[in-house]
Amino acid sequence: MSWEIVIGLEVHAQLATRSKIFSGSSTTYGAEPNTQASLVDLGFPGVLPVLNEEAVRMAVLFGLAVNATIDQRSIFARKNYFYPDLPKGYQISQFESPIVAGGEITIDVGEDQKQTKTIHLTRAHLEEDAGKSMHEEFDKHTGIDLNRAGIPLLEIVSEPDMRSAREAVAYLKKIHALVQYLGICDGNMQEGSFRCDANVSIRPSGQKELGTRTELKNLNSFRFIERAINVEVERHIDVIESGNAIIQQTRLYDPDKNQTRAMRSKEEANDYRYFPDPDLLPVVIEDALIEQLRQQLPELPDARRTRYENELGLSSYDAEVLTNSKSHSDYFEALCATIGDQTKLCANWVIGELSAALNKDGLDPQQSNVSPDALAGLLARIVDNTVSGSMAKDVFVAMWQGEGSADDVIDAKGLRQISDPEAIATLIKQVMGNHPDQLGQYRDGKDKLFGFFVGKVMQAAGGKANPAQVNQLLKTLLNENS
Amino acid sequence: MSLTREQVEKIATLARVELAADVTTEVTENMSRIIDFFDTLNDVDTDGVAPMAHPLDMTQRLRADEVSEHNERDKFQQSSAQTEGGLYLVPKVIE
Amino acid sequence: MHRLSVLELSRGLAAGDFSSVEITRHFLDRIGSSNDLLNAFITVTEERALEQAAAADQRIKQGTAHALTGIPIAHKDILCVDGVRTTCASKMLESFVAPYSATVVEKLDQVGAVMLGKTNMDEFAMGSSNENSCFGPVRNPWDVSRVPGGSSGGSAAAVAARLVPISTGTDTGGSVRQPAALTGTTGIKPTYGRISRYGMIAFASSLDQAGVIGQSAADAALMLETMCGFDTKDSTSSQQPVEALHNELEGDLKGLRIGVPDVFFAEGLSDGVKAQVEAALNVFESQGATLLQVSLPHLHLSVPAYYVVAPAECSSNLSRFDGVRFGHRCDNPKDLDDLYRRSRSEGFGPEVLRRILTGTFVLSAGYYDAYYKKAQRVRRLINADFQQAFEQVDLIMGPTSPTTAFPLGEKTDDPVSMYLNDIYTVGVSLAGLPAASIPCGLSEGLPVGLHIIGDHFCERKVLSAGHQFQQVTDFHTLRPEGEGA
Repeated sequence: MSWEIVIGLEVHAQLATRSKIFSGSSTTYGAEPNTQASLVDLGFPGVLPVLNEEAVRMAVLFGLAVNATIDQRSIFARKNYFYPDLPKGYQISQFESPIVAGGEITIDVGEDQKQTKTIHLTRAHLEEDAGKSMHEEFDKHTGIDLNRAGIPLLEIVSEPDMRSAREAVAYLKKIHALVQYLGICDGNMQEGSFRCDANVSIRPSGQKELGTRTELKNLNSFRFIERAINVEVERHIDVIESGNAIIQQTRLYDPDKNQTRAMRSKEEANDYRYFPDPDLLPVVIEDALIEQLRQQLPELPDARRTRYENELGLSSYDAEVLTNSKSHSDYFEALCATIGDQTKLCANWVIGELSAALNKDGLDPQQSNVSPDALAGLLARIVDNTVSGSMAKDVFVAMWQGEGSADDVIDAKGLRQISDPEAIATLIKQVMGNHPDQLGQYRDGKDKLFGFFVGKVMQAAGGKANPAQVNQLLKTLLNENS
Repeated sequence: MSLTREQVEKIATLARVELAADVTTEVTENMSRIIDFFDTLNDVDTDGVAPMAHPLDMTQRLRADEVSEHNERDKFQQSSAQTEGGLYLVPKVIE
Repeated sequence: MHRLSVLELSRGLAAGDFSSVEITRHFLDRIGSSNDLLNAFITVTEERALEQAAAADQRIKQGTAHALTGIPIAHKDILCVDGVRTTCASKMLESFVAPYSATVVEKLDQVGAVMLGKTNMDEFAMGSSNENSCFGPVRNPWDVSRVPGGSSGGSAAAVAARLVPISTGTDTGGSVRQPAALTGTTGIKPTYGRISRYGMIAFASSLDQAGVIGQSAADAALMLETMCGFDTKDSTSSQQPVEALHNELEGDLKGLRIGVPDVFFAEGLSDGVKAQVEAALNVFESQGATLLQVSLPHLHLSVPAYYVVAPAECSSNLSRFDGVRFGHRCDNPKDLDDLYRRSRSEGFGPEVLRRILTGTFVLSAGYYDAYYKKAQRVRRLINADFQQAFEQVDLIMGPTSPTTAFPLGEKTDDPVSMYLNDIYTVGVSLAGLPAASIPCGLSEGLPVGLHIIGDHFCERKVLSAGHQFQQVTDFHTLRPEGEGA
């Protein structure tokens, strides 16, 4: 039987506010346990939440960016359940009347990524994050750190519109890029600022009703998400094809074993008893605020990508790769602005050498060892023929290792390219004099010996001669006296 | 309506409350009476009446995004039964 | 000295007739000799009180005193006081020392009031008799075999026996007004949102409101005025400007339109209470007020509506008591579930557990619409009834409680009959209205309370009517005799 895979995603994006959603505690990552947990975050008796204005603005920005409806009267609700990292025994979230309803984004699909597909959003709502449980630190205990409790989250829920793990990842990357463009989330998946749960089910192709779904948690990289969904889909198929039924449950992905397992702590069916939080009043968002935020919307990935294609003349592939990440794209723009009129060269370098170096060291473009200005200095030397493209790659490596500016490295290593026509002509004449037999054969019509001469000239130049000039001059001189 | 013992046990589980077997019977009876009493609410037709969650028709005031709290962990953990290295401890949880 | 009102004490302090330290010691001595019997205080903070009193005396000398500077007060043990044990009369918080102060406490500290201690109450403010306290019941100074009402029973008994001149209380469904009625004191809860709830341990957030229990409307007005006001820490705190109260109570009752709902005088009201309340209404009439019949057609549903909404909110508010960060933790929990269930079952008393269970039930899947949502719809109808009535009248009056103080143990077995005791007060709470109970005579030697209800933010009108009544009657000056006094 052929199966159709159905995937819906829930993204939790930590909003980049300075203080928590309902208290004045700092949201800085990595503090000592419980040092950023105030009375409100700890749920002490008698304390009350007060909503952070910036979190609301950020949620509205997101809604506007995905063409959603902004609910002008949204309600906070309590989601009641017990867990040690949930201090109050309820999470303040939204249930009926979330702040953002609907919306959609477009992803590229198909083998060649040439088709597009619209993924619909169900909603996006504000809620508070829970704390962190440390299961490994102690023998018989779990330690609870509530620094994260109360950090604002935007939970972005998609419709079950995705039909493959690849589509799911494409969607996720799109949302990941979007929240960073909007400046509402730093997108850091290692630190948990951007997390994802996947609802996975399968159904016989052509069937309308959805199959029983399982929810996958703990998906903290794009690679794991794709693998986790694929392995879970295989599990669904195995279970169903062997005549059993899928149990609706929450499962954890174990990247080491590449398998999923049911979460013990989520075994019993929960009844969250949502009801409007009586400590918080309806949030009313005025039209004026919506309009003001609409004016503030930055250029978004799709628009930037179109501009790269249409105005900068980049290929669709380059435009997509660059705009997928705001920080790469911003780096690219800074580079172009410094060097001017070399968009293709800049794109190649950002997508190629720079990205590779960043990846290798696990860095973000803002943390790059080579700044856009420094890289522009190197690209200028390619443009003015001081170095060849391949020599520039060596220079870049040296620059990455902190050996100075492009010019410093070029001088220190003596890499300056020979582009003086007379010097090159002298080299060519030497080579011709040293190889009279080959010269004769060439002049008799053995054209393919041209490559032989190029090689010899480059060898004589120690690799530093400008290849284009070598080609051109060689052609002239080889044919000169015949 | 009358509650069953099983219903009361399920509610007790949701509320993380332990009921001794002998107490459950009494609680079930008491709660059934209370719920019966609630059923008098059905005497009035409330079609089209919006639920009223707050006594006053006010809207949420928003707080400026400023850090106003500082570390008071030692003070706050004085009331805790068990902490270590700044962490609150609970019996080991298996996820 | 303890026969003086707050205003008299204030004048005496200003005139140098006595010092705050002197009156503080006097009231501490009274607590020392009577508290064993009445059990009105859970914690007496003698040292802190004497320090505050000494500071108050300084302030009075410097001429920077407020009318409450140096006045001994008590706080219901539901209000957090930094560094002081705050128990909510629950085993759950038996040894909980609050690491911060409630906004109300700070406000009263700032004006230099002297806190003598924390008063007993029904556990987590759940009860109408003060029998639900892990520190034992409070006794009514008028008859120590009877209850003082609840949940602010300790505050009411303490004021009635003049162990303290005035006290805070809190009112979720009548917890200030009903004990005030049963102890012959004056109690007021303002409009919901008037007093910050920050630092007041939550029972039912959309209903909880602090208030005052004192000897007279004038005293209560002074303290209430100090407690009211917008607070940035409470999202439900109202930004409506606070009216001046205590100097603004004069005037007369001529032309005052008083609504008298027949539902307040229906079945269940004891004859003795009825007679005193009607007599009180006649006093108003004789002073020039007009009595008008008003109808509150949905009020009879206020008790079931309240007992759905309040436990629903309570079940969620009390989830934070899980034995992890504060509060009671059971011995040797074998796993997390055991930690939760035993800590909570050991820490909470039977009425609190009952409300947690009922509240959990009315919010649970399949019952939410039928109970919780339904009750909130009925709440809107009750509120609309009041709003309609206030188009015709300035105030609504009736009895505060259907009976006078009842004997200890009389109703503890039957939750529904205990709940029905709240018939006159919970509707007002659901609508968030300000309301007072003032003494209006005795029935068989026990105090009867007159309930005065105002429209939203009309505290002054409520207190002013109470004050005018107290100018022409002396019920508020009656004090219990015998063992409790």
